[in-house]
Amino acid sequence: MNAIIELKDIKRDFQVGTETVHALRGISFVIRSGEFVTIMGTSGSGKSTLLNLLGCLDTPTSGEYRLDGISVRQMGKNERAELRNHKIGFIFQSYNLLPKTTSIENVELPLMYNSGISARQREAKAIAALEAVGLKNRLYHKSNQMSGGQQQRVAIARALVNDPVLILADEATGNLDTRTSFEILVLLQELHAKGRTIVFVTHNPELADYSSRTIVLKDGRVVQDTTNQCIASARETLEKLPVAED
Amino acid sequence: MNFANLLRIALRALNNNKMRGFLTMLGIIIGVASVITMLAIGQGSKRSIRAQIAEMGSNMIMIHPGADRRGGVRLDASAMQSLKLEDYKAIVNETRYVSACSPSVSSSGQVIFGANNYPTSVYGVIRDYLDIRKYTVMKGDVFSEQDIVTSAKVCLVGKTIVDNLFTNGEEPVGKIIRFNKIPFLIVGVLTPKGYNTMGMDQDDLILAPYTTIQKRVLAITHLQSIFCSALTEELTEEAQEEITGILRRNHKLKETAEDDFNIRSQQELSTMMNSTTDMMTMLLACIAGISLLVGGIGIMNIMYVSVTERTREIGLRMSIGAKGRDILAQFLIEAILISVTGGILGVILGMGAAWCVKIVVGWPVYIQLYSVILSFVVCTVTGIFFGWYPAQKASNLDPIEAIRYE
Repeated sequence: MNAIIELKDIKRDFQVGTETVHALRGISFVIRSGEFVTIMGTSGSGKSTLLNLLGCLDTPTSGEYRLDGISVRQMGKNERAELRNHKIGFIFQSYNLLPKTTSIENVELPLMYNSGISARQREAKAIAALEAVGLKNRLYHKSNQMSGGQQQRVAIARALVNDPVLILADEATGNLDTRTSFEILVLLQELHAKGRTIVFVTHNPELADYSSRTIVLKDGRVVQDTTNQCIASARETLEKLPVAED
Repeated sequence: MNFANLLRIALRALNNNKMRGFLTMLGIIIGVASVITMLAIGQGSKRSIRAQIAEMGSNMIMIHPGADRRGGVRLDASAMQSLKLEDYKAIVNETRYVSACSPSVSSSGQVIFGANNYPTSVYGVIRDYLDIRKYTVMKGDVFSEQDIVTSAKVCLVGKTIVDNLFTNGEEPVGKIIRFNKIPFLIVGVLTPKGYNTMGMDQDDLILAPYTTIQKRVLAITHLQSIFCSALTEELTEEAQEEITGILRRNHKLKETAEDDFNIRSQQELSTMMNSTTDMMTMLLACIAGISLLVGGIGIMNIMYVSVTERTREIGLRMSIGAKGRDILAQFLIEAILISVTGGILGVILGMGAAWCVKIVVGWPVYIQLYSVILSFVVCTVTGIFFGWYPAQKASNLDPIEAIRYE
């Protein structure tokens, strides 16, 4: 399978006052198409910095990063914006939906910045993405009229709508209760099963069992990189959870 | 990134904050509306003054004796006797640019009819005077050439005289009124003209043959003034020069001597009036312009605050692929939409306000197309100008920080 992410001795330094902070001290790994990778680490381990780099929001100080075969290191701001628009779907901890805006408009948003897609295509794709996350009957609900789980589903639909090579989830279940968290995990596992490449950044070790591979960061270095032989089913866990009383 | 999408994005963003958008717009609405109203009032008064000057006879030329200096003492114009009937005849015979000409002598005093009396002025003129001053006869007729030759005691009266003397509604034509104990037969009544710009009652006068006033009232042989009409308003200056030449020759003035008469035209008056109203219009427009500026600053203020408020939204847009210039364009379009919508509403409100001024206060107003276009352009430029800085600020945000902004 072809490599979606190739990291080669990535270093990222920050200048804080007169001191140089080494957030990443040489990271190399390859993520292939179809993998579901959990990146874990405590705060200060460099996982946020890594996430920014993977998401092409930032560029490394040194080292080589290739996303879907494209070298990102020398890219300018606008080129990276376009790359993000075409290749990456973001899922955030706090959903980051536009307030007072319908699901469909939120999901359409990435396509609004892609001039190659017509209004009709945009709508069709947005509906398809919302269908994929099980919100077919919530197309015209506004973001503030929905529960956290539903909002995160909309956010996932938004991440899917541009048909990205990589889905980057940043603590995607961090704001949700256990039950809803597992519902989201079920959704992510379904996407994985359909062949999506997912990178899930979290500090919660329990979630690693549900992915196909775990990378653990510590002090800017990879300290563990294991392939998970028996992936736990989020659906089974969900079914075992006590049903919430309404 | 195409413009249609940007426009849609900006419209959706504005739609989310209707109240804020409207409040921001309010500054522009009031600014534009006041510009439109002020300019309408300014233009309206300018037009009404022009109309009144035209009514008084925009091509009128007045010649008074004056500028005479006897032993260093300037004399009162009316005390001078430099204008003669010969001057009038010379003007009538020799000029090419004058269409009508009338000698004029005047006296003021009480006019009496029955138990009523009224202070007024009587003007001794000829028939041409009516054409020059744009008077017409409503009832009866103008005195004849024969009346002038015979110094007949006949007169035409204005409406104010009729109102004050014939309080019981008697028919004035055919009645005899007394001015300075001299009886005058009323042969006609003038069509009312109302007040002029300077607040003078144009109907408060009596017109009689100049010979009658000269001989029977004033006992003089000179003329107090001569009134002429130039062929057209544009030819007024030529006519003035021509008359000056004739009078200087008639009065045998040396090259170096000052004129012993004084020529004035309505054009000077209209130029003066125009400059006054232009200044007033400018002043009003300046005040209104300032309120438009304040409205623009309001836009900047709100947009600036909203950039901070919407930092996460900007961060999100950037992380899903919006370029800096897309964000810039979005905020700029939002600012322009606010200012242009405000401009349209302001134009409508301004027109309404101008109309209200016309109806309620009764001031003349006139909305010129250019003032509408001007304020529209100004408020669009205002939107771009004041929207630019916040938009620039938004587009320079770092997506990494913006997306995590609390």
